[in-house]
Amino acid sequence: MASSSLFLILILIVLVVYLFGRKRSEILAQAVGGVRNLHSLPNYYGLMAAVWAGVPGLLLLCAWLAFENTVIQNMVIAGMPDHINSLSQSELGLVWMEISNLQLGAMSSASDPSYFAAIDRLELLRSQSQIGKTVLVLSLTVLGGLVGWRLIRPEQKARNQFEGVLRLLLLMSSMIAILTTVGILFSVMFESIRFFQTVPITDFVFGTKWSPQMALNAEVAGSSGAFGAVPLFAGTLLIASIALIVAVPIGLMTAVYLVEYASPKMRSIVKPLLEVLAGIPTVVYGFFAALTMAPQLKTFFENLGADPVSSESALAAGLVMGIMIIPFVSSLADDVINAVPNSMRDGSYGLGATRSETIKLVVFPAALPGIVSGVLLAVSRAIGETMIVVMAAGLAANLTGNPLEAVTTVTVQIATLLVGDQEFDSPKTLSAFALGLMLFITTLMLNIVALAVVKRFREQYD
Amino acid sequence: MTDQTLNAIERLALVKQERMAAQLSKRYGKEKRFRFFGMASIVIGLTFLAVLLGTIFTAGFSTFFSSEIKLTIHYDAALLGLSDLNDEDQVRLADWSQLVKKALKTRFPEVSGRKQSRQLNGLASSISIYTLKDRLLANPALMGTTEDVWLMADDEVDAYMKGQVDPSVPEIERRFNDFQIGLVDQLVASGEMKQSFNTTFFTNGDSREPEQAGIRGAMIGSFFTLLVTLSLSFPIGISAAIYLEEFAPKNRYTEIIEVNINNLAAVPSIVFGLLGLAVFINLFHLPRSAPLVGGLVLTLMTLPTIIISSRSSIKAVPPSIREAALGLGASKMQTVLHHVLPLAMPGMLTGTIIGMAQALGETAPLLMIGMIAFIADVPGTPLDPSTVLPVQVYLWSDLPERAFVAKTSGAIMVLLGFLAIMNLIAVFLRKKFEQRW
Repeated sequence: MASSSLFLILILIVLVVYLFGRKRSEILAQAVGGVRNLHSLPNYYGLMAAVWAGVPGLLLLCAWLAFENTVIQNMVIAGMPDHINSLSQSELGLVWMEISNLQLGAMSSASDPSYFAAIDRLELLRSQSQIGKTVLVLSLTVLGGLVGWRLIRPEQKARNQFEGVLRLLLLMSSMIAILTTVGILFSVMFESIRFFQTVPITDFVFGTKWSPQMALNAEVAGSSGAFGAVPLFAGTLLIASIALIVAVPIGLMTAVYLVEYASPKMRSIVKPLLEVLAGIPTVVYGFFAALTMAPQLKTFFENLGADPVSSESALAAGLVMGIMIIPFVSSLADDVINAVPNSMRDGSYGLGATRSETIKLVVFPAALPGIVSGVLLAVSRAIGETMIVVMAAGLAANLTGNPLEAVTTVTVQIATLLVGDQEFDSPKTLSAFALGLMLFITTLMLNIVALAVVKRFREQYD
Repeated sequence: MTDQTLNAIERLALVKQERMAAQLSKRYGKEKRFRFFGMASIVIGLTFLAVLLGTIFTAGFSTFFSSEIKLTIHYDAALLGLSDLNDEDQVRLADWSQLVKKALKTRFPEVSGRKQSRQLNGLASSISIYTLKDRLLANPALMGTTEDVWLMADDEVDAYMKGQVDPSVPEIERRFNDFQIGLVDQLVASGEMKQSFNTTFFTNGDSREPEQAGIRGAMIGSFFTLLVTLSLSFPIGISAAIYLEEFAPKNRYTEIIEVNINNLAAVPSIVFGLLGLAVFINLFHLPRSAPLVGGLVLTLMTLPTIIISSRSSIKAVPPSIREAALGLGASKMQTVLHHVLPLAMPGMLTGTIIGMAQALGETAPLLMIGMIAFIADVPGTPLDPSTVLPVQVYLWSDLPERAFVAKTSGAIMVLLGFLAIMNLIAVFLRKKFEQRW
C-alpha cells in the first residue's frame, strides 16, 4: 500500500478512536452520575485516546520511510557475491545506481550477471517492506487505540494528559530554531573541515589568489594559492562599504526628518512608500543594477575620461545595494529616535538651541547605541546580500580598491560554485561551504555585537 | 564722563548684538541646511523608487501584448504528406511547417530566392505550426478546406511592431532587415497584422524562444513552494511563539532559544541554501529542484519572522483577559487556546503573510538547491522539478535576446503584483481587526 493511502487510513482510524473514546467516557459517566462527575470533559477522553492511537503509528511510519531505502540497499548489497562486496564505498554507490536503473528499466544490459539476481532480491525486499510497513503501522495504530480506549476511566486525568502532550508539541516547535542553527553550523562545518584537510586554512584565509576552476585538477594547477580568499573578502568589503556610504547618511537623515520635522500627514505617506523599497525582491534590484545602472555609470564615467570602466563595476552593485538598505537603516533609526523622550528635546529648546542643534547634540547622542546597532545590522545585510552582486558584480577575483573595476564577493562565489551539477567531493564545491562558514560566523558576530551594544549602552528613560 | 561710559556700554552692547545676530543667522543657516539634507534624502529615496518601478513598467508593459499575423491557411493533405489523421505516426512525421510556408508564399507571390524565402518564413513564430496542428486535430473536417487564422509572429517582428527596432540604424547592425520591414509594413497596411493580449505569457512554461516563453511553470512552482512553506511555517511558528510567550520558564535555556531566533532572522538567506543543499539533498536525498525542498528551506528562513511577529501580537493581548479566564476555572492551556489565540490571530496572520511575501521574493537559497534548471514543463506536484518566479526572472535576465528583457520586466511586474496583493491583504487585516485595549 502506498504511504499516502496508508497515512489516510491511519487518520481515519484515529478519528474513529476519538469518537469511540468520547462515547465511552459518556457511557462511563452515566455510572458515576453524569458528565459532571468525570474528571475532564468527554472531548478530552476522546482526544487522549486519539493521541494513543495516532502518535506511535505515525512515528513508526516516519521512521520506516526514513530508513527503508538505506536498509534495503545494504541488504541487497550484502547478498551479492564477494567480489562486489569488497569494493570501496564510492564504487558500491555506482553499483547501486546501476542496479536501480536496471530495475526501473532505464538500462537493459548489466555489467555483471549478478546484478539480475540482485534486482530480484531488491524487488522481493521492496514488496516485503511494503507489506511489513502496512501491517505493522496499522496494527500499532489499532493497538494504541485499544490501549487508549481501555485507559478511559472517570478518574483518568484526560485533560491534564492531553495538555501535557500539547505542551510537548509547542516545546518541540520552539526547538526547531535551535535545530536550524545547529544544522547550519554542522552542515557548513563538516564540509569546511574536509576542505581544510586538502587546503591549509592559512592559505585560505591569507592567500591572495582565487581561482577554484583552475584548481579542479590539483596536480596541474597546484592547489596551494588557488584558494586564497583575500580578494573575495576585499571585494565584499568594497561593495558593502559603497552600499553603506549611500545607505547610512540617507537612511539616517530620512529617519531624522520623518521623526523631527515631517507633519503626521507627510509621515503617513512617505513611510509606507519607503517600505515599498524594502519589500521589492532583491532579484529585481539585481536586474536594475545589471541592465540599467551599470551601463549608465559606464557611459557616464567614460565620458568623464576614466579608463575603460568595467560593465560589472563594484560601484553599480554597491549603489543599488545601498538604495536597498536605506529603508532598513531608516526604519531602525526611526524607532530609536522616536524612543528618545520629548523632555530631553524640550530641555534643549528651553536653553535656546535650534532644532538641528537639539538633534545633533541631544537626540543623536541619546540614540547612538541604537543607531550603531542598526548600522551593524545593515553591514551584515550588505555582506550577506546575494542576488544583486550575482547579477551585477563580476566573477573574476580582483584584488583592487577601484570601485570602477569588477570585483567578486563571497556570496557570488558560493552561488556560482554550487549552482549546476557538481561532484560533491572536489575542493571546488567544498570551498563554497568554507566561504559559507566565514559568512555565517561574520554575520553572527555582527548580530551579537549589535545586540550587545544596545544592551550595554542603552539609556533607560523613565 | 557719564555720557562717555554710557556710550562705551552702549557700543559694547551693540557690538555684542551684532555678533549675536551674525551668529544667529549662521545658526539658522545651519538649521536650514540640515533640514534641506533631510528633505533631500527622502527625495532621493522616493526618486529611486519611481525610477526603478518606471524603468521596469515601461520595459515590461509590452510583454503583455503580442503581435499576430493573419494567414489564409489551406489544409492540404498532400502538402502535409498525411492521409489518415488518426494515424499517430503520420501526424508526428507530417511537415506542418509547410502549411505556414505555403500560406506566406501565396500572400507574397513576388518573393523569390532562397534567402528571402527563409526570411519570409521567419515572420511567423515556430509555435504556429502547433497551433495549426491542434486546430486540425480538434476539427478533422477542416482537412482540405481553407480558413483565415491569426498566428503568433516571431519575436523580431513583435519587437518591430512595438517600435523597438530603429529603421535608421544601418541594416547590418540589425537582426531585422529592410526586406522584412517592407513585408511587415505591407501586412500592417492591409490590416493583416494586429497586437492582442498575450495569453501565451500566462499559459506557457519556459522556452528558449522569447515569444513562446511564459511564466506559468514558474507561477505554479511558486505556488507549490509557498504552499509547503505556509503549511509548515504557520503551525510551527505560532506554536513556538505560544510556547515562548505563555509557557516557557524564564531561564537560561529560554534565553538561548530567544537569542537564537533573533540571530536566525539576520542570517543571510544564502546560508539557508547551503543548509538545504547539505541536509535535505545530500543527506536525506530529497529530489533536486523540487518545490518541496524549496518550501522546506524557505520554512526555516521565514520561521523567525513569523515567530517574532506572533510573539508581539500575543504580547499585545492584555493580561486581564487571561486573568478572567483563569478566574473562571480555565486551565492555562484552555486560556491560551480559547481566548488568547483568537485575539492574537489577526496579528499572527499579518506576520505570516509578510513572511510569505518575503519567501515569494527570495531567490538565493533556491539557486543552491537546484531550482535554477531550465524546465519547460509546468509542474504537477510539489515533487516535480520546477522553478519559481524570482528565479525565472534571474534566468531570463541572463539571456541575450532583446525580447527577454521585456519578458523579464513582465515577470517582475507579475511578481510585484502578487507581492502588492499580499501586502495589501496584510494591511487590510491589520486595519480591520486592530484592537486597542
